[in-house]
Amino acid sequence: MLKTLHAKENFQLGIGLLVGILFGFLLQKGGVTKYDVIIGQLLLTDFTVVKIMLSAMLTGMVGVHLLQSLGWAELHPKPGSFGSVVIGGLIFGVGFGTLGYCPGTLAGAVGQGSLDALFGGLIGLLLGAGLFAEFYPRLSKLILNRGHFGEKTWPQLLKVNPWWLIFPVALWLLNVFLWMEKSGL
Amino acid sequence: MEWLKMEQWSPYAVGIGIGLLSCLTFFFSNKPIGCSTALSRTSGMLESLVRGGKVAEKAYYKEFAPSIDWEWMLVLGIFIGGFISAKLSGQFQVVWVPMKWTATFGNTPFLRWFTALIGGTIMGFGARWAGGCTSGHGISGTLQLAVSSWIAAICFFIGGIVTAMLIY
Repeated sequence: MLKTLHAKENFQLGIGLLVGILFGFLLQKGGVTKYDVIIGQLLLTDFTVVKIMLSAMLTGMVGVHLLQSLGWAELHPKPGSFGSVVIGGLIFGVGFGTLGYCPGTLAGAVGQGSLDALFGGLIGLLLGAGLFAEFYPRLSKLILNRGHFGEKTWPQLLKVNPWWLIFPVALWLLNVFLWMEKSGL
Repeated sequence: MEWLKMEQWSPYAVGIGIGLLSCLTFFFSNKPIGCSTALSRTSGMLESLVRGGKVAEKAYYKEFAPSIDWEWMLVLGIFIGGFISAKLSGQFQVVWVPMKWTATFGNTPFLRWFTALIGGTIMGFGARWAGGCTSGHGISGTLQLAVSSWIAAICFFIGGIVTAMLIY
């Protein structure tokens, strides 16, 4: 039943839009569509971004693995290599600190009327993505595949059942939340 | 329905909501939430308007066709959802320069917009280099316990923290 649902193109576009609306609503309610909140996180004065990301991770980690264990969902871990995720991640980070939004929260920021997100950030993001497409053939030969480790997950790497990691990671995250609240972050 | 009009929700409530939303997308769409391929597709579509069909021949656009897909609709949805939420709480407001920026660098739009343009360009480039952004790697990837995404997310924050500290 799910396979036919997944193959219905227009239905899927509708789901994408609906999920996006809910996602954008949540991001705005969380305050992370604001430059001040994101820069506050990167300056380590406001921990809203980390709290949202880690609690999303905790909920999603348990939920998605539960669905997977029931045979109702498949995982789609992204492939990676040190050349792509470390270097690309650091470049992204420089952009993160300079722009003060990320691609998703920027769309929400435009929605709430932030003109710097629209006239600066959005144009920049499109320009950057276009430049990458231009340089892709060369980068792909030179760097992107250096230190390739594929679509591995931690449980696969450690050769254990995912739940052996989910419980400790969940416990650790809960402790991080407690610690953040106790220390007033 | 007063809670829909609140200015801000607890970050934990928002995070749990996003986590549940992720479960829904895995179930109904067999896809994780992500945002940055939509940038490549849009950029390709815009380039096609100028340079025509040749653009789709580029190696990168053969992998990420310059057309509207699920993720593209998701990003459009974020814009709409952000607007609805801000409207409901009365926070919708045309802002030329963010407050925190104004406090340090003044309220000249050009300086902030130009910085955002440069930052955006670097981020767009880096997002595609890393194969994902704060959503695709930072949330969807980490919750799948993907090795690539954990490393990417850590690098996003290292780069971001160092850069923000240098700027401020």
